[in-house]
Amino acid sequence: MKDFATLLDTLVYTTSRNRKLALIAEYLRETPDPDRGWALAALTGELDFPAVKSSTIRNFMKDRVDPVLWTLSRDFVGDTAETASLLWPGGEVDDDPPSVSQVVDQLSALNRNTAPKELPGLLDRLDANGRFALIKMATGGMRIGVSARLAKTAFAQAFDVSVEEVEEYWHALEAPYPDLFAWAADGADPPDVSNTPRFRPFMLAHPLEDTRVDLADFAAEWKWDGIRIQLVRVGGETRLYSRSGDDISATFPELLEVLPIDAVLDGELLVRGNVQGGEQGGAASFNALQQRLGRKTVSKKMLAEFPAFVRLYDALIVEGDDLREYRWTKRRTALEKLMGKLPPSHFDISEIVEARDFDHLAEIREGTRDDAIEGLMLKAKDSPYIAGRKVGYWYKWKRDPLLIDCVLMYAQRGSGKRSSFYSDYTFGCWDGDPDEGAELLPVGKAYSGFTDAELKKLDRLVRQTTLNRFGPVREVERTLVFEVAFDSVHTSKRHKSGLAMRFPRIHRIRWDKPVHEADRIETLRALIRD
Amino acid sequence: MAQTSGSHWIRPEPWGIHVAPADVWVDPGRAVPRALVTHGHADHARGGHGETIATPETLAIMELRYRTGSQDEAGEIPHKAVPVEYGETLSLGGGVDATFIPAGHVLGSAQILLEHAGERVIITGDYKRRADPTCAPFKVAPCDIFITEATFGLPVFTHPPIADEMAKLLSALEAHPDQCVLVGAYALGKAQRVIAELRAAGHSAPIYLHGALEKMCRLYEEHGVNLGELRLVSNHSKEEMQGSIVMAPPSALNDRWSRRLPNPITAMASGWMRVRQRARQRGVELPLVISDHADWNELTDTIAEVDPQETWITHGREEALLRWCELHQRRARALALVGREEEDE
Repeated sequence: MKDFATLLDTLVYTTSRNRKLALIAEYLRETPDPDRGWALAALTGELDFPAVKSSTIRNFMKDRVDPVLWTLSRDFVGDTAETASLLWPGGEVDDDPPSVSQVVDQLSALNRNTAPKELPGLLDRLDANGRFALIKMATGGMRIGVSARLAKTAFAQAFDVSVEEVEEYWHALEAPYPDLFAWAADGADPPDVSNTPRFRPFMLAHPLEDTRVDLADFAAEWKWDGIRIQLVRVGGETRLYSRSGDDISATFPELLEVLPIDAVLDGELLVRGNVQGGEQGGAASFNALQQRLGRKTVSKKMLAEFPAFVRLYDALIVEGDDLREYRWTKRRTALEKLMGKLPPSHFDISEIVEARDFDHLAEIREGTRDDAIEGLMLKAKDSPYIAGRKVGYWYKWKRDPLLIDCVLMYAQRGSGKRSSFYSDYTFGCWDGDPDEGAELLPVGKAYSGFTDAELKKLDRLVRQTTLNRFGPVREVERTLVFEVAFDSVHTSKRHKSGLAMRFPRIHRIRWDKPVHEADRIETLRALIRD
Repeated sequence: MAQTSGSHWIRPEPWGIHVAPADVWVDPGRAVPRALVTHGHADHARGGHGETIATPETLAIMELRYRTGSQDEAGEIPHKAVPVEYGETLSLGGGVDATFIPAGHVLGSAQILLEHAGERVIITGDYKRRADPTCAPFKVAPCDIFITEATFGLPVFTHPPIADEMAKLLSALEAHPDQCVLVGAYALGKAQRVIAELRAAGHSAPIYLHGALEKMCRLYEEHGVNLGELRLVSNHSKEEMQGSIVMAPPSALNDRWSRRLPNPITAMASGWMRVRQRARQRGVELPLVISDHADWNELTDTIAEVDPQETWITHGREEALLRWCELHQRRARALALVGREEEDE
């Protein structure tokens, strides 16, 4: 555990990507199995100990430290693991601290009752770095500036194998990955993953921004506002994966029995709606789909009310043929051919948007008012299907966001990189004429869209204009207008205003604008489309 | 128990503490006719006062920073500097006496004891309890009202022994003989303390300085603090600085300026380095937890030791220290002073 704790601590303070790769690679080469496998799982976010949550740590810390002092400390530090490791009473440290795999074994054996009793004993055996590492491992979410992709790249670098090949096996294997290490480190045969319905990393798009493309080389499709999914069937078993590779099969049982052949397909999961999506074909807005997300079991009523279907974008593998290296046009032809075999109740194809040229396409994009459409996708006709974001192949061209002027009302400190800065802002709109005594009602919350320099300025403003404190939340004087960008707005019980925005972010900070000129709730309500 | 909180001769205002019977301000954030100044950091010592009462060292620091000895730039207010030695008592008028007591924060830093009508009030300014070769050590003095800082007033802040941090710094230096270690440290106090501690740890090699640190180091030396051989970065080549320690103000760490250094390892000497994410925010590779403020245990131990009737908390994490006082049945209140902590830590 000591080496792993040192690795984490060093990674926190390392900014260079190459240096991070070298540090992780060195650890993976020099650490024995199965410790290095568990460490790799921790770095890639694959560890999960259901009995240990952030709240478990919080609760037993509150038995040891005054709850108010704990909350103030946690709020300032912005990270539960670090706060707990700093506040833990330092004592005699075990001469023989537990290894990573011993820690994993102990954590796996815990249940909700034993966790609060046994974790403290484990923490007592470690020094401050060890405690930090242990809590990070136990609760997930490292926040040390290492992505799963970076950790896998380090693995590939450590043993001189290709990261694409690592990705290919990754989702079929489980921690501590003995077969993966045997192959990469010791030259054994590659892991046999042929019979597992496993996830393949998605091909992703870059924002188009100022690029213009020639429609002779690019095809355009609608970018549907659902959730991107991968449908995989191997040996008759079907699974559904989200963009991050999570298995969400249980949430959409109606899709598990309808794919008649073995295949790996890329598409957008949508729910049927009759209100809109007219000419492009009956999909409801994202708000309707949200009713179905995050559920472990699905009621019959849900299935009837919000039936899901897949609008297909691409075919990766069809009946054993791996199409990923072919050009897009060839895969598209294969997909179109495949449609005949799929039940239209659960599948359709994402239609190509025909345009004379780029300007015509821009016109079509401007003209669309369908809520199930987020914008356009532009795909190079010669693009193979490659994991990740490869420059020059796929572009997303989102619809322009909606904008509204809101007033800053509350602020809260951020986490991770922004810890201890007031970086989460709740803002509101007027419920009437502000010159006639109208009030502000909160309509949303945002924590992105500003620069580091602006953040410093905002943080100072929050500190200097605080009116009230409610735990970690500061209420501030109504002095600042944000121009907030958002994708759509819906009715919601979350805010007093009865409205909730989708993906709100700070578009501009209007230091110059008087607050009574900010927008009213009714302006926002007029933008609802569902 | 003396009834202290009501209408009182010491009045906290947003821009400083007003001593009504003598009409004098302590560490005012804007120019006033008459000011008592605890120490030379910019959030406590502003220029432009009519009369400044402080220790001779603090006055020298203010002179260096604001040229207070001459007239101000507009030439309007002739400035009067009134030096008061540690332990010396000055009558301020209105029946108020002031005594300057060492605070151990930086050179010349003082707690100010104010006495009026049989009541004793101490304003700590910023202070620390650890030994510091560059300034006089904090002295505990009894009082009725103790007005304390709370910069590191959260239980997560416990500063490690400075020897550990020096060892970290010197071993990084030794491990990378082709590079240099660039240490970010505040220009007044921290920089000189780090240099003096390095000398005490046996590091006698020349230490390179960013130009912004030069004058303050010289001022410390004039006050009897030996800092060994110091060289200006601008007069030396990359090759000469390999394997050396370079000191710079924190603002220079990620600045273009550092390109003239031989592949620097970025270090920062500050109490905030205790929190990993704080170090990450600044791109610090080698955090050195070195502070010129009292840590949580020192803040609370000092309150217990001084044992005042009432504790007032001026700036920092006042909520947590207030909570500690409540848990220990001590009368306390938080004062909301503006503009603190802008320069210093």
